[in-house]
Amino acid sequence: MKYFPKTSRFYLLSLVFLTLLPLSAQAILEIEITKGADNARPIAIIPFKFQGTGALPQNISQIIFSDLQRSGRFRPTPLADLPETPFNSGDVHLEKWKSRGIENVVVGQIQQVEADTYNISFELLDVFSASPEIQPNQQILNGELVIKTQSQMILDARSSQVNAASMRRYAHRIADIIYEKLTGVRGAFSTRLAYINLEPGAKNKYQLFVSDADGYNPNLIRASNQPIMSPAWSPDGSQLAYVSFESGRPQIFIQNVYTGQRRAVTNYKGINGAPAWSPDGKRLSMTLSKDGNPEIYILDLATNRLTRITDHWGIDTESSWHPDGQHLIFTSDRGGKPQIYQIALGDKTPERMTFNGDYNAGAAYTADGKEIVLIHRENNIFHVAIRDQKSGTIQPLTETQLDESPSIAPNGSMIIYATLSRGRRVLAAVSTDGRFRTILTASNQGDVRAPAWSPYLD
Amino acid sequence: MKNLTCKALVLSFFALFLASCTTTTGGQATAPAETTTADTGTTGVVEPTGPTAEEIALQQDQAFRANRTIYFDLDKYDLKAEYRELIEAHAKFLAKNPAVNVKLEGHADERGTPEYNIALGEKRAKALADMFRSFGVSNSQIEVVSYGEERPVADGHNDEAWAKNRRVEIKYNL
Repeated sequence: MKYFPKTSRFYLLSLVFLTLLPLSAQAILEIEITKGADNARPIAIIPFKFQGTGALPQNISQIIFSDLQRSGRFRPTPLADLPETPFNSGDVHLEKWKSRGIENVVVGQIQQVEADTYNISFELLDVFSASPEIQPNQQILNGELVIKTQSQMILDARSSQVNAASMRRYAHRIADIIYEKLTGVRGAFSTRLAYINLEPGAKNKYQLFVSDADGYNPNLIRASNQPIMSPAWSPDGSQLAYVSFESGRPQIFIQNVYTGQRRAVTNYKGINGAPAWSPDGKRLSMTLSKDGNPEIYILDLATNRLTRITDHWGIDTESSWHPDGQHLIFTSDRGGKPQIYQIALGDKTPERMTFNGDYNAGAAYTADGKEIVLIHRENNIFHVAIRDQKSGTIQPLTETQLDESPSIAPNGSMIIYATLSRGRRVLAAVSTDGRFRTILTASNQGDVRAPAWSPYLD
Repeated sequence: MKNLTCKALVLSFFALFLASCTTTTGGQATAPAETTTADTGTTGVVEPTGPTAEEIALQQDQAFRANRTIYFDLDKYDLKAEYRELIEAHAKFLAKNPAVNVKLEGHADERGTPEYNIALGEKRAKALADMFRSFGVSNSQIEVVSYGEERPVADGHNDEAWAKNRRVEIKYNL
């Protein structure tokens, strides 16, 4: 309940995003499931009933269906296989679902109450629980009607008013609620992705985009005829740090994704790269080679004070923050081959962390700090892998080759990364248990690279 | 048939040699390497006089400098021995011509992580810069930029393409 957004704020954010950064008609990421998870939970999302004039702006139940399916945790029943299509819990015949082994059913309806106002309500049912009697007890929470019930059968029921422009995001919100209710883990369907699309034949072919987590609503953030690299989200999801070669040399920029306002934060001789936000969003760690070799530095964004963290003639780069804000991990070849090291910001003594294999790079901590996700070379293939920090075991998660730029969803469920598939540079996602995989290709046939999964946005 | 091919090769080599001669005739050592190319397609009037020993030496030097890319092994940033003459030719030219500036662009193949490849590309370009300096090239003549794996010359995803992409390009600025 505490994660549910204040409706007014949610509405405002959507509006600002859509008006200030007009939708560009370019590449949409198309997501294809390449490996289904055998432990996915069956669920039925019954098409919501629509009462209103004209067409429904967004197919809400279809969006929920796709979100849950793409999480790898659920196996939504195909529409053709639904034994019935009720739109409220009172009309659901439990035995029809029980006999099919479907544990959860989602029903809902959409009523157009004004030209651009729609009332959307839904109920999430647990088919196998007892007592189907319903004694609703309604309550307004943060401007949203939450229906509480005595019945065990109804796990959640809500109603909210949205306009056409925010309808898609509200559908993701419903998917988030369902996901959290059934898995105990917060959903990440309302988040966004940043990525670089290389548009074939375009003059400014390096294009930094931000889209919804499902690839819809791509918004062009920056385009250049010179490389753009390494987008990184601020912890509040309002800004991106990235590297741009637009001046002929690399510089790190910070750009607000809502207003488009941006500033160059570095312009040093040599490498200005690999920006990474501290958990409190006040500092940016980065790689600079201004003093001779690629070293890790921390820039305090309020004071512009720069602190050098590493000192070695080899390569030190790709810093990433421990969730405690007191340690960094980074890639270094100081031992001869790229490996992951950790350094405490206090004493600045690096400790080698990885010993398996001769290439470990691009590491980042999971939210609880218990694991790191990294690129690990095995038999000359570059895999996204996960390392258990306690045991030190490195587990490759992918079957793709040439993996790079892994980025973890804020709920820790999936890792998005860049790779090669059928001769094209694409994005791919894998669940952190390796069981479920998808490929994301650009509809404009261009290469896609450098994905960054946003934090939660509310 | 075999004989014909040999003749054609000899002829085209001769044509290439003469064409290269024309482009250098009258050119001073200060002529930037940018203007000399070993392209077989170059046309021009053939000078009737044969080259002197000095001209041949100059010619060799020019030929080395016509090559402006050096290649590296996977994950490595040490300069390979086979580029010694090439590097020396460029370095001596720059040392003799302090007004000429050079940009060394470091690159990596697509394997591995993009930011590590940026560092690798810079290490490669800086290894070359260090070598240039050891021949007396001034620091102010050299600019180093690494593009990592962001600007490949070969688009493939195989050993052949990767070998072409692990490189430093020497770019002369006037």
